[in-house]
Amino acid sequence: MDLTLSPREEAFRDELRAWLEANNPGSEPDGDEAGFEYRRAWQRTLNEAGWAGLSWPREYGGRGATLIEQAIFNEETARAHAPQVANVLGLAMGGPTVIAHGTEEQRRRYLPPILSAEEIWCQGFSEPDSGSDLASVKTRAVREGDEWVVTGQKVWTTFAHHAKWCMLVARTDPDAPKHKGLTYFLMDMEQDGVQVRPLRQITGEAEFNELFIEGARIPSGNIVGGEGNGWAVAITTLMHERATLAFSLQVGVQIALGELLEKAREARGNNGHAASEDPVIRQRIAQLLIEAEALRLNAYRSLTATMRTGVPGPEGSLGKWHWSEINQSLTELAMEIEGPRAMLDSDRWTYRFLRARANSIEGGTTEILKNIVAERVLGLPRMR
Amino acid sequence: MNFDFTDDQQAIKRTARDFLAARYKPELIRQLAEDDRGFTDQQWVELSELGWPGVLVSEEHGGLGLGAVELVVIAEEMGYALAPSPLHSDICAALLLAAAGSQEQQAKWLEPLAAGEVRGTLAVWDERAGWSPDHSEVESSDGALTATKIAVPDASSADFLIVTAADGAHYLVETGAEGVSVVAEPGLDQTRKLFRVSLSGAPTEKLPGHDPGKVAHAYATIITALAAENVGVAQRTMEMAVEYAKDRKQFDRPIGSYQAISHRCAQMLLEVEGARSLAYWAAWALDHEPDTAPRAASMAKAYASDAGFRVCASALQVHGGIGFTWEHDLHFFLKRATANAHAFGDARWHRDRVAGLAGV
Repeated sequence: MDLTLSPREEAFRDELRAWLEANNPGSEPDGDEAGFEYRRAWQRTLNEAGWAGLSWPREYGGRGATLIEQAIFNEETARAHAPQVANVLGLAMGGPTVIAHGTEEQRRRYLPPILSAEEIWCQGFSEPDSGSDLASVKTRAVREGDEWVVTGQKVWTTFAHHAKWCMLVARTDPDAPKHKGLTYFLMDMEQDGVQVRPLRQITGEAEFNELFIEGARIPSGNIVGGEGNGWAVAITTLMHERATLAFSLQVGVQIALGELLEKAREARGNNGHAASEDPVIRQRIAQLLIEAEALRLNAYRSLTATMRTGVPGPEGSLGKWHWSEINQSLTELAMEIEGPRAMLDSDRWTYRFLRARANSIEGGTTEILKNIVAERVLGLPRMR
Repeated sequence: MNFDFTDDQQAIKRTARDFLAARYKPELIRQLAEDDRGFTDQQWVELSELGWPGVLVSEEHGGLGLGAVELVVIAEEMGYALAPSPLHSDICAALLLAAAGSQEQQAKWLEPLAAGEVRGTLAVWDERAGWSPDHSEVESSDGALTATKIAVPDASSADFLIVTAADGAHYLVETGAEGVSVVAEPGLDQTRKLFRVSLSGAPTEKLPGHDPGKVAHAYATIITALAAENVGVAQRTMEMAVEYAKDRKQFDRPIGSYQAISHRCAQMLLEVEGARSLAYWAAWALDHEPDTAPRAASMAKAYASDAGFRVCASALQVHGGIGFTWEHDLHFFLKRATANAHAFGDARWHRDRVAGLAGV
């Protein structure tokens, strides 16, 4: 057991730190458009220095970094308060899926503009009637010569209004069993048959969109992984979503916790004393510190297991679920520490408190994640 | 970065798992739970042959000279097997001797202890003690102690006691000396025997070491081992619950196919793995990153105290009525996890330390 970085990992970290010091442009400007263009520019800078496709193989413009190096990258960029990249879904999910299941021609065509953020990607999986039960999607694709004509509706489509390509799961064989009749397409978003409507969420913002697809056309060459093989390809995408996700998430929690501690020392609790002197508040802060540490350590332990055996250990399937509980408790505690200011909508904690409600839903609901743990890790019988 | 055991540590783990599984069958654990002493000489000799009493004792004093990570490997397996044994008490005594004993005291006691020829234990709690495990009002006068300590584990079979006293002092008392009385006290956990120790002008030797850092390190090691024991206990009861949920049928289906049961089991895994990661990290920090160790150990103890009890209680719920019977083994695990949760500072006490160390 060695929880320190190896000399190679340390060299990687030092190189990255020095690079960040020289190139990090700092926090992004307000406003959706300005913010997005800022992220696009940042990703271009990253890519020119070879950081964008960190986990991707070198032959496709990546750096071939180990999982530990990816973890270091997440920690260091978060600690340096570097901006987000623009093409999150292309880098984390679309690219790896094309690398795993695409043809060589598709790789040459799609991968470079993902890295450079010239072409932004979005994900067309969820539908109004298909949330956790993804295999039940109803969006139809019908062949017409060398093209497919698509009709249906997608929802919770992040970045759709910026996207050039949509990872679309559609039903191509309505008579096949539900997992078998699906095909994975790359759909051009810049066409009349695709309409994007912002979806306003409980925070008042519109991070997500609805997608109305009416006779959109996709060339056959844009199928990834073959007709009827959409379920397997979609699972690859989702696995890439979860692989290093726990890492980014735990870094976010560490940063938020630091801010919470500061707030607890400053905010007034009872009778003019600092909130942090309240024994109940202290207990809850400590519990959060402990849970956050467990989350971080589980993520590292899972990386070690993945690097050794190729599959994450049992602790790997727990990260996203555990994170959502921690982040929700953290924001709930922050609201308590705010006292009467919790009634005002003027504070970032109010936003975070509301935003955290989605944590246990997005990217797999806690209930579905518990099913996965129970069935695949513990080997309990399936519920049906 | 490699968050896994080395080959040597894996080998210790496998040996421990096989050795303990072959010897500590459920029927035997029941017999030992009813027994006053709680272990046999034969069992002790076998443990000593593995070198476990001296796992942390330096090679200079005849021990294995290994670290907290190896201790945690053994402690987790001891918990998994729920092996009744004075091993933990003995290791506590060795830790305090190494941290605060004089060279003569170490030379006199550590070598036979590492060989399993003598045993020690640690007497912490004053009769009217509060929550703090590091607070005692015992004072010595003219080299003699008069005091009562409660819940002293394995005192009747120990050759010497390390007794905590006021201002963080520690005294060594031989149990055979004049003025030492050891009386059995029924414990919540029958697999670890507890005693009331009354000292009435008992002759003592002070452990002269006064490096608070070293003593704190010894206690951090003790609580990390207890946390690891609870990881093993929780792992075992989780496995029992999962097996039962697969086998037991109600309404014509295995109960594990109901989400009310399967999600409860998933929650157990979340807590077991969190407790495990924290305990391993704390052990590693004790060996390699002493500045982090106090925080890591308190985090591990707090989390494993809660998780140990909760996982056992949840496993009991999965078992339904049978889990509440004396005949089923679960209650022994539940009781060990609960007793461990309260030993050397409970979850709440350690959380308060964690908050303090974080500057809150």
